[in-house]
Amino acid sequence: MSAAPISKAVAAHAIAPRASGRPWTFYVLLAVFILYVLALYGPMICIYILSFQDVRGGLVFPMKGFSLHWFVDLFTQVRTGDVKGSFDRSVKLAVIVTIITVVVSFLAGLAFRRRFRGDGVVFYLMIGSLVAPGLVLSIGIGLLLNFVGIQASWYTSAVGAQLSWTLPFGVLVMFAVMSRFDRAWEEAAYDLGASRWQTMRLVIIPILAPGLVAVALFGFTLSYDEFARTLQTAGSLNTLPLEIWSMTLNVTSPSLYALGTVTTIISFIIIVVCLGTIGQMQKRRANRVPAL
Amino acid sequence: MELGPGHIELAGVVKTFDGVVNAVDGVNLKIPNGSYCCLLGPSGCGKTTILRMIAGHDDPTAGEILIGGENVVGLPPVARRTAMMFQSYALFPHLSVRDNIAFALQVRRISKAERRKAADAMMEKVRLTKFADRLPAQLSGGQQQRVALARAAITEPRVLLLDEPLSALDEFLRIQMRQELRHMQRELGITFVHVTHTQLEAIALADLVVVMDKGKIRQAGAARDVYDSPKDRYVAEFLGGQNVLSGRIQSVNGRHAVMAAPAGSGIQVPLTPGINLSTGDSIAVAVRRDDIDLIRPGAEATAGQGTASVASRVTAVEYQGYFVKVMLDAGSNADFVVYVSERKFFSNPFGVGDVVLATWPVGHARILL
Repeated sequence: MSAAPISKAVAAHAIAPRASGRPWTFYVLLAVFILYVLALYGPMICIYILSFQDVRGGLVFPMKGFSLHWFVDLFTQVRTGDVKGSFDRSVKLAVIVTIITVVVSFLAGLAFRRRFRGDGVVFYLMIGSLVAPGLVLSIGIGLLLNFVGIQASWYTSAVGAQLSWTLPFGVLVMFAVMSRFDRAWEEAAYDLGASRWQTMRLVIIPILAPGLVAVALFGFTLSYDEFARTLQTAGSLNTLPLEIWSMTLNVTSPSLYALGTVTTIISFIIIVVCLGTIGQMQKRRANRVPAL
Repeated sequence: MELGPGHIELAGVVKTFDGVVNAVDGVNLKIPNGSYCCLLGPSGCGKTTILRMIAGHDDPTAGEILIGGENVVGLPPVARRTAMMFQSYALFPHLSVRDNIAFALQVRRISKAERRKAADAMMEKVRLTKFADRLPAQLSGGQQQRVALARAAITEPRVLLLDEPLSALDEFLRIQMRQELRHMQRELGITFVHVTHTQLEAIALADLVVVMDKGKIRQAGAARDVYDSPKDRYVAEFLGGQNVLSGRIQSVNGRHAVMAAPAGSGIQVPLTPGINLSTGDSIAVAVRRDDIDLIRPGAEATAGQGTASVASRVTAVEYQGYFVKVMLDAGSNADFVVYVSERKFFSNPFGVGDVVLATWPVGHARILL
């Protein structure tokens, strides 16, 4: 009651920036941030810019002309490699991996809702393959297949190798999603007479849908640009990252850069579509009717 | 005697989750058809476990649960014709109010037109019609509760089980929704079993108040019986409204016993028939807080014959509107509180530190078990 009121000036100083401007630390941090963004996107932007040169273009600056020549070249010239075929394989592979990742992560998420015997062991075994170096894992799988006498191919061994990478990610995302899932929803469904399958179809899956899209996004992008784990397991036909890698060794034209631009655009589209879907789901939930 | 469809009977019900501690420890209880029953107790007393066992979400380790005279242990909630309202309502976040309410009909494969009609009728009943297309997140706490109630009631259950239905609401809304629950119960004419840890909620709502502690029922009865005549110290203290004094018996004379008091003469209490007490026994005595008069020392003469009294000092005074809560330091007992009506208090107010005599008619004190 008798405490002196805190003076207005003191309070203002403690909370708001000084009227004269921002503290010097702001400018230091701003500079660090700009450098970070430049370092992150600068090299990629160089490649995108250089891919739009005309026929005289080379692999280094300065830019020579402006055209879509190298994009055309990419899909017509045979010498640049099997871009179309490898792209095709990469997308198919990514779709297979995505489907398996979503299904298994979903089921694992359901299983880990409650504790069970050996749950810790299962969890760490799963996370373990995240830490294993991809290239070593790939060589190991290649060796083992060779030993057993199975032909490695992008749709068998490469799927397995990539799952060792996408599954732990998918499961971790799913755990985060499940942590906000209230088991009372399931009990309520049971109480209202829903069968297990009806509970799954009408309650669990719709509520978890945005999370499942996020898992799918992870699965697809991780698989689509995975290099290390695919190297020794894809067999005789290359996936896109492998094709790009081999092109860096023998293609010396900006069509390599054009390829980089195209794949980036594809990744970008996929991410936008997925985030848009999640956003739509949440929007429908939050604002089906504008709040009064 | 014909049992109604919503008559519930628990016979020797035991539930243990870990095989060591009994969360519910041999409970016998009859809840008449169409009554409003409140299970009251602190958290962890087993009240929610009992509710979940009646609902069919947990199975008893031992004992029987009968609804309408038939044993329902092992049956799913639908077969029991019970419905449960969950603590945080558990409304489906992705479904509109209408679809939430119609969910039970949807899983019974009732045609879309029919379930829409039934849901609309139910929404009319609980005044939710204009919110039909909203999602639960867009509703206030009170509206969410009405959705939960409507969703549970649409299948016309014979028993509605409510797990702390008012705990998510603020004080003002709680009192309003309390009346709404009672109103719904009368309108539906079915048995309500309501779990709560709030004494006021239980005694305001229930036909049958069941006071629980550590998996056991301490007292079950009408609200007034439990409040006015608590059986033991636990019930008296949990329901509040009573001061509990303890001490040893100084003497027993005919129909009264005299308990030794820390200061002054002993406290006279009527003996409870059927309980034998002798000098030296330690007992607890309950006196309602609103049965006590405060007088200034030296005015004993006005107290007259047939009263008991305790000398003490005022430690705090709280204004409560229609009454004044006066806290006293009455020796060893932690709480000794007197509710004095407002007018009476202010005609001769006491201040903190004043020495007072708390007196009450001997007949109003009760010996606790």
